Amino acid sequence: MLFLSYLISGISLGSIYAIIALGYTMVYGIAKMLNFAHGDVIMVGGYICFFACSYYGLHPLVGIVMAMVVCTVLGILIDRFAYKPLRQAPALAVLITAIGMSYFLQNSAQLLWGSGSRVFSSVIGKGSFSFFDGQLTINYLTVVTIVVCIVIMVGLVWFINQTKRGKAMRACSEDKGAAQLMGINVDNTISLTFAIGSALAAIAGVLLCSAYPLLNPTTGMMPGIKAFTAAVFGGIGSIPGALVGGLLLGIIEIFAKAYLSTQFSDAIVFAVLIIVLLVKPTGLLGKKINEKV
Amino acid sequence: MAMLEVENINVYYGSIHAIKGVGFHVNEGEIISLIGANGAGKTTILQTISGLLRSKTGSVKFMGQDISHVPAHKIVGLGLAQVPEGRRVFLQMSVAENLELGAYTQGKAGMEDTLTMIYDRFPRLKERRKQMAGTLSGGEQQMLAMGRAMMSHPKMLMLDEPSMGLAPILVEEIFDLIKMLNEGGTTILLVEQNAQMALSIADRGYVLETGSIVTSAAAKDLLNDDSVRKAYLGG
Repeated sequence: MLFLSYLISGISLGSIYAIIALGYTMVYGIAKMLNFAHGDVIMVGGYICFFACSYYGLHPLVGIVMAMVVCTVLGILIDRFAYKPLRQAPALAVLITAIGMSYFLQNSAQLLWGSGSRVFSSVIGKGSFSFFDGQLTINYLTVVTIVVCIVIMVGLVWFINQTKRGKAMRACSEDKGAAQLMGINVDNTISLTFAIGSALAAIAGVLLCSAYPLLNPTTGMMPGIKAFTAAVFGGIGSIPGALVGGLLLGIIEIFAKAYLSTQFSDAIVFAVLIIVLLVKPTGLLGKKINEKV
Repeated sequence: MAMLEVENINVYYGSIHAIKGVGFHVNEGEIISLIGANGAGKTTILQTISGLLRSKTGSVKFMGQDISHVPAHKIVGLGLAQVPEGRRVFLQMSVAENLELGAYTQGKAGMEDTLTMIYDRFPRLKERRKQMAGTLSGGEQQMLAMGRAMMSHPKMLMLDEPSMGLAPILVEEIFDLIKMLNEGGTTILLVEQNAQMALSIADRGYVLETGSIVTSAAAKDLLNDDSVRKAYLGG
């Protein structure tokens, strides 16, 4: 029963990683860059929701929507001012800019909101479901997190595969030049990708802070790195890969904490990543398509 | 009036001067061939017309409008489509999705008719409409690339090396299609290394050498021109 309980915790944590990993993987798929500031957008989302709910006493849903709106705008602005001027620049320059943007967001948060930790009160009411005469309890937040992750995945897969803008996104991710010849505005498509990724980061931020209630300017860093790992683990650029990578990472992390060592859990997680990449360098679901000439 | 008028364009890749003061025109209803060896700058010219590259000087006019500063994604909407070199179909998308993207700037209306027309012309594409474009053969991909460009109902179609890497029988088929499109009213600008084929269906031709146009004449005169024969037609 304990095993089942750990597994559910793992899936829940993994769901958060998956939601964050989606942002990494979508931006990578289209802009071919690693947006290392993505983790810090999570933190901004957490703060916005914190101030809206705990400070101004607004309804949690209003707080979540506000966090999504602010993060969406932030994501678009980050792309517009930091990355867009570097579209033709070497990948290394963009990577360094992304790291710089990450520190910029952390330090701005420190200036604006102080470096001390705030206690985030969960947006989901306390309480839990009980199974097997109380041997297994699953709290509401866990259920909500998993459901939100499923809804996001289904929605995103539908958007990417069925809508005109979604198809334009896939076209841009494969060949920007050919996409332009079709009449697709590549810059707008990249902005849209940053917008979606950042809105998801806001949701992830709120869920994360609800589960681990200490919020400070570096809150986004570790989950950001873990989600990036999850994206690579699943095959960066692949949306199903982000889900699989995120869930596996969450499960491995919880199991490592439960059965092996709390201190070494992160090391174990990254060791698994290294092993997977040694065996399959493109990640679990990543694939290499041979082009016909 | 010329449908497409290119005047004195100069295109650079960094410090390399790839296109040196090129100018030419295409009249409505014509098939024009731009021939030249590998690296002469043929693809660069087409990419400049489509807005993927920019010229430092001069102008590109399409139907009287200067398009040299129009963003690339707005050009297809004006009625100027390109089938790029190497086909560049979206390999990880289905055949049907590729065609749908060809009509990205068009409304839903009329899309069905064009689609039916393309599927009638290329039954193979219809059979494989749900398959990923990456699973098609080279010839089928070329058909798809052309069908995709036709989906935007272009007034003028630019084709970049449509015969590249294809079996002779497929090359015939592609050129038949180009003629058919032209007879249907589409103006054609054809870039080819296969000069013999290209000139055989063209009205006029331009010969490009290391970034400059060295000869221009009626296609049949170029076919009989000694220096052109030596350089591009195998004697």
